[in-house]
Amino acid sequence: MALAQVIRRNQPRFGGERTGLLQQARLGGPMPWVIAIMIALTVMAAATGLALSNLARNASAEIAGGITVQVVEAAPAERDRQAEVALALLRNRGDVAEVRRVPDAELEGLIEPWLGEAAGTADEAIPIPALIDARLRGPVTAQRLEALRAELTASVPSAKIDAQAGWLAPVFQAISSLQWLAIGLVVLLAATSAAAVWLAARSALGSNRDTIEIVHLLGGTDGQIARIFQRSIAVDATVGGIVGLLLGLIALFLLGRQFAALGSGLVAGGGLGLVDWVAIGAIPFTGVLIAMLTARITVLAALRRML
Amino acid sequence: MSGPEGSIVQFDNVGLRYGTDREVLSDISFTLYPGSFYFLTGASGAGKTSLLRLLYLAQRPSRGMIRMFGSDVITLPRKGLPAFRRRIGTVFQDFRLVPHLSAFDNVALPLRVSRVPESEIKKPVADMLDWVGLSHRAGARPATLSGGEQQRVAIARAVIARPEILVADEPTGNVDHDMGLKLLRLFEALNRLGTTVVVATHDVHLLKKVPDSLIMRLDKGRLSDPTGALRYPPRRPARIEGAFG
Repeated sequence: MALAQVIRRNQPRFGGERTGLLQQARLGGPMPWVIAIMIALTVMAAATGLALSNLARNASAEIAGGITVQVVEAAPAERDRQAEVALALLRNRGDVAEVRRVPDAELEGLIEPWLGEAAGTADEAIPIPALIDARLRGPVTAQRLEALRAELTASVPSAKIDAQAGWLAPVFQAISSLQWLAIGLVVLLAATSAAAVWLAARSALGSNRDTIEIVHLLGGTDGQIARIFQRSIAVDATVGGIVGLLLGLIALFLLGRQFAALGSGLVAGGGLGLVDWVAIGAIPFTGVLIAMLTARITVLAALRRML
Repeated sequence: MSGPEGSIVQFDNVGLRYGTDREVLSDISFTLYPGSFYFLTGASGAGKTSLLRLLYLAQRPSRGMIRMFGSDVITLPRKGLPAFRRRIGTVFQDFRLVPHLSAFDNVALPLRVSRVPESEIKKPVADMLDWVGLSHRAGARPATLSGGEQQRVAIARAVIARPEILVADEPTGNVDHDMGLKLLRLFEALNRLGTTVVVATHDVHLLKKVPDSLIMRLDKGRLSDPTGALRYPPRRPARIEGAFG
């Protein structure tokens, strides 16, 4: 059974009563399904865009002000000495909010997947730099970083200093590109939905041309005729919107479970907030409005060519 | 330019052509007065339907001037046409009933278009269907009605809103003699109420049934005035109260 037949069709009316002036099935047909698919895809694209936006914002906040100091010295004793000097220097600066040396065990854990268990053992088959993780107050600008580098290397010649944001810049650029892709998809899907409604309205106009002409000759106005099409498409779009939203939410739920299973800190920052869910919930309503507006503009433009 | 005093329709030197073909109507000039009854006669292809299309505002002429209800309808903006069309009742030669609506809804259509409240629609439509003898077919779709029944529904739809002008294209062409006379009596009754009636027919016997009628004759797209009534129309009261119903 066609989706459009499942619901009670909203019959058009003149005056106050339902008259079924146009043959509704011709206007409906596959339209609710087309709109449902479009809305589902829009929900997924919008949710992806919003999640990426949240991810970028959370990650950016997390690493803002972060710097990493590496003491690249082969001799372990000298490396420890320089690391302690660097730690003391950083602790004495007023613009450093937090500073800690990354414990050797943690470092060994980080490199173990690539170099194996023996990499960080005491005999130092492969020398590992000492790492100091620090957080500055305020953003890390190029000037601040350069001043800090000059001060550190004066006392700790083996020190290398980097801003953490710099390492993740390509990731943020990729996220930004994906966000634009999501926005582009939403716009394209909206345009495609409008085009589908335009085609359906044109088709319905053609198949109801005789009736429309009769209504015109009886004194019906363009506005009255356009309202019939608007109501019909509003019903189709509402049904399609609800179904599409449900399909989209199911897809999001399944995707969310998959990403949650990754357990990555970065991905965890891409959750959706209340405002995001409200925005996603508004997609079907926006879809209905676009569909009604498209139907009205299409029908009025076509009617203007009649006397 | 205003029309002759008291006229409801005025055609002045009107011509009509479709595309680049020759004119199907040429130099048509006449004046219709409220409350008059006109027969438009002529052989098939003489241009009767084209002239009626101009009268019920389905077509604009290629040239000339048409005034209706005191306004120039040639220069009237398109959005102004519906209000004029609501003052005109039309019986189309091919009935033009809405196929998926019942007889009742077809007859009710002009009232609904005019936004008459639904509570005020049921009784007049039922009465009108009763009058044309189709009460028992109120719920029937046009496809299930005979040609004569469809014609009666078309006539009921044309007169339900009490138009100021009734334009009928061969309205008795598909009904038997008795029903034809009955429909003609309906037109006369409306005419006595003040409705200007224009009936296109090629049935010369019909002309004798309405003694006070005026005749417009079309011949190859040109209008003749055999009785002189178009040039010197007899004046008659515009409205006789209580003549209908």
